[in-house]
Amino acid sequence: MALDKIGIAKRIAQELKDGYYVNLGIGIPTLVANYIPEGINVEFQSENGVLGMGAFPFDGEEDADLINAGKQTITTLDGAVFFDSANSFAMIRGKHVQLTVLGAMEVSEQGDIANWKIPGKMVKGMGGAMDLVASADNIIVAMMHTNKAGESKLLKSCSLPLTGVKCVKKIVTNLAVLEVTNEGFKLLERAPGVSVEEVQNATQGELIIKGDIPEMNL
Amino acid sequence: MAISKEINGVEEACKDVKDGMTFMLGGFGLCGIPENCIEELVRLGIKDVTCISNNAGVDNFGLGKLLKKSQIRKMISSYVGENEEFERQMLSGELEVDLIPQGSLAERCRAGGAGIPAFYTPAGYGTEVAEGKEVREFNGQPHILESALEADFAFVKAWKGDTAGNLIYKGTARNFNPMMAMAGKITVAEVEHLVPAGELDPASIHTPGIFVQRIIQGSNYEKRIEQRTVRTKD
Repeated sequence: MALDKIGIAKRIAQELKDGYYVNLGIGIPTLVANYIPEGINVEFQSENGVLGMGAFPFDGEEDADLINAGKQTITTLDGAVFFDSANSFAMIRGKHVQLTVLGAMEVSEQGDIANWKIPGKMVKGMGGAMDLVASADNIIVAMMHTNKAGESKLLKSCSLPLTGVKCVKKIVTNLAVLEVTNEGFKLLERAPGVSVEEVQNATQGELIIKGDIPEMNL
Repeated sequence: MAISKEINGVEEACKDVKDGMTFMLGGFGLCGIPENCIEELVRLGIKDVTCISNNAGVDNFGLGKLLKKSQIRKMISSYVGENEEFERQMLSGELEVDLIPQGSLAERCRAGGAGIPAFYTPAGYGTEVAEGKEVREFNGQPHILESALEADFAFVKAWKGDTAGNLIYKGTARNFNPMMAMAGKITVAEVEHLVPAGELDPASIHTPGIFVQRIIQGSNYEKRIEQRTVRTKD
């Protein structure tokens, strides 16, 4: 069965390593913070200017001066720090953040990503996404394998305006875990009960299938 | 004796703003926005202004108030997704919009205040943002040339400030305020608590008063929350 959003978040959480500073985008990526593997310490950076983000506040304890990049009220953990936007993006561009997880509308087999604009329909802006994808060494995209019309979001080349070029390293979808390689999307794992054929049918870009493809261990 | 930047009231602090000027306004979403100065700009009814601000407020708060009265000719922002009136004006062509990556926006403001005319950044290479900009490789990686931003007025909001113009921000309300304070020809700071020079610990100040020309005691802060997210106690 294909994963839901929580399943995707749980699988991405397995990519967290002890000592990582992590930037989580809005949507599915935000859920990753709920499934940190036991025994490791990570800190979450939000580009509006906080490192060491904690859970949402208790009802009645929310503070208008304490939000994340999704404008949600948050709390901080021991060791947290606030900083300005220039310093925040120095952390990001300067590769001090070890992992970036973000959503996408389209990803190409070269690792290009599009997630900020649908010409004529939706123009919200790129926010910090272009800075994040241009600099991070380790970028994981969290998204559904197909869009609402059932069309593949893993393409030979992106049709929407790009956010960044040749930057995505790994993709976790409701159907599979894939690595972006020079040859195309390499299938690493299948969602439980999802066949290789189902992944193939939902992937427009080049899909590389080598040997037996294991199921995700969630 | 410290140089005093204290101004009596927002009307006095904004008295010489004019039609067609370029403004910077601090804040991220509705967090850390100069509420008093925005109200005053609405009241003054000045027109055709260019606003440099990470976001454009929501429909009836923050910069949304200036948009509603069609006072803004151009917005320079990174994310504008929370405002229907903004979208309407943009799609109809009434409002000119320049969307730029958030980190480049922050650094362009910082550069403007720091005497750096331009800088190279990898952000936006290969995208619409890079169109018409110089590309240069450093360490084998392509970068684009981004220019500094400056403003006739920068309006910033801090938690505490002293009469010398020194500022301390609270929580994530810091965001773009420090860089914009640096980049304004005239920087107006509004604060929740204005104290005499000497009362703030010099080691705890975020924005040195040299960047601030006018400081006012703010009032009636609404500090609206955009996305109220909470958990319940078991």
